[in-house]
Amino acid sequence: MSAIRFDDVWKEYGDHIVLERITMEVEPRAFIALVGPSGCGKTTLLRMLLGEEQPSRGRILVDGKPLPGEPDADRGVVFQRYSVFPHLTVLQNVLLGRELRDAKFTARLFGIARRAAADDAMKLLAEVGLAGQESKYPSALSGGMQQRLALAQAIMRGPKILLLDEPFGALDPGIRADIHLLMKRLWNETHLTVVMVTHDLSEAFGLATRVIALERSRNRPEERERYGATVSRDLEIFPRRSAELRSSVQSAPAGTTRSGKEHQPGRPGALVLKEQP
Amino acid sequence: MRLVNIRPGRQTRFYLLALPFLLVTIAYFAGSSARLAQNPNDKLLPALPSMVQAVKQMAFEVDPRTGSYLMASDTVASLGRLGSALLISTVAALVLGIVIGLLPGANALLGPFVSVTSMVPPLALLPILFIVMGLGENSKIALIVIGTLPCMIRDLAMKVQELPREQIVKAQTLGASTWQIALRVAMPQTLPRLIDVLRLQLGPAWLFLIAAEAIASDSGLGYRIFLVRRYLAMDVIIPYVAWITLLAFLIDVGLRVLQRKAFPWFASVRAE
Repeated sequence: MSAIRFDDVWKEYGDHIVLERITMEVEPRAFIALVGPSGCGKTTLLRMLLGEEQPSRGRILVDGKPLPGEPDADRGVVFQRYSVFPHLTVLQNVLLGRELRDAKFTARLFGIARRAAADDAMKLLAEVGLAGQESKYPSALSGGMQQRLALAQAIMRGPKILLLDEPFGALDPGIRADIHLLMKRLWNETHLTVVMVTHDLSEAFGLATRVIALERSRNRPEERERYGATVSRDLEIFPRRSAELRSSVQSAPAGTTRSGKEHQPGRPGALVLKEQP
Repeated sequence: MRLVNIRPGRQTRFYLLALPFLLVTIAYFAGSSARLAQNPNDKLLPALPSMVQAVKQMAFEVDPRTGSYLMASDTVASLGRLGSALLISTVAALVLGIVIGLLPGANALLGPFVSVTSMVPPLALLPILFIVMGLGENSKIALIVIGTLPCMIRDLAMKVQELPREQIVKAQTLGASTWQIALRVAMPQTLPRLIDVLRLQLGPAWLFLIAAEAIASDSGLGYRIFLVRRYLAMDVIIPYVAWITLLAFLIDVGLRVLQRKAFPWFASVRAE
């Protein structure tokens, strides 16, 4: 749960201006969909949020503090591809975040600590519909399952902001619908602020609380280099959509693969994650 | 049907595989018997019985002068040198390859240096090694290490850099430090590629081993070949060459099996 503020952000590569005059506020627990034609800088904006790239001008503030200059555990990410580690099994992929957090030197957990973490991971895997797959390698999973795994892996670490870079773009329509339901549920049940880049408008309007379109205002060939894209439309979804309160979460929408277990708020590994101060 | 579309079946494949080996063997023995018919004392292309006799003597009879089985002790000496050199190369390449591949600073510092050193012809360094380290085991092992290590580091660093950037970023979003990225993301994915790199360097490693043994040694497969060359003892040389080839082939097969068994996830990654 974090508020994000873009303060007159520009991004230039040499003479080439990609983004200009990006100023916006993202309220906590919002679900932002970034849309726009290809090459308009959606992904660049996401990479700046991630800390992989720095703005050339302006600032990005998260909860009032400037964004650290490199990726960290506050911001989870799911890419379209290569989001999960091919050399780790499903369970090891989900466990990894916990192991990295709790074992600074060996980055591995053993004994009781590992069992506890594995229990949490198994619960989370059941929540995202991957029960029974835990000892498979990602290459043995379908594209949709890999993305479910990527979501579970990101959420296990308890980020405040979740960044999605066309995460469902490569999936079949049916599978995409399923994973949309899952994504909605995860957003409702966790404290995430979500920023998603997509080129699918129905996905954007179907999931987000707010759809932000990036576009170049000037598009003549001789202007392309010197004018970047900026926010051209900022649409609040109507009727207004907002994340449900935790306590009001009762049942999952039909068709999702929610396990029947009780929710235990505050229990690490359950979908309700502890908030980090 | 076009040739590009003709795929041999299982059985045909086996015959095709055997054919070149068979042809070479036939050609050898045809030449051998032709020469021996003219001159029974010909030493250049010995017949099978004389090679069997030589192998029996080298491999299964105690050498009266040294009190050991020569072929076995030669093999142990050579494999010991090869093994220790490749162990050094492999471990060093793994560490340096990951460091150079993962850290842009280390790449800037060492990348060009490694590229340049990989161009130094190792055999030209052999006299230097003999002068500096003497004629013992160390100079031979050092030659193999120098001959294989720079290429291995360069290849491995490249493999590490080929890991998708997304994975490195993802690991950071899971809170990984540089050390943890190296330990849990880069190294496990580098190990199966290290086996590929090692397999590629096996050929050069044998080359440097035989060369070093030929020039200054008192044991080893290369030493023996070059020793008996003085007596034109082709009946020893040819079985030794076949034995070296077999050893190299078995090491290669072993590494391939190790890669498949130890890294079951790697085949599908490579197929991508």
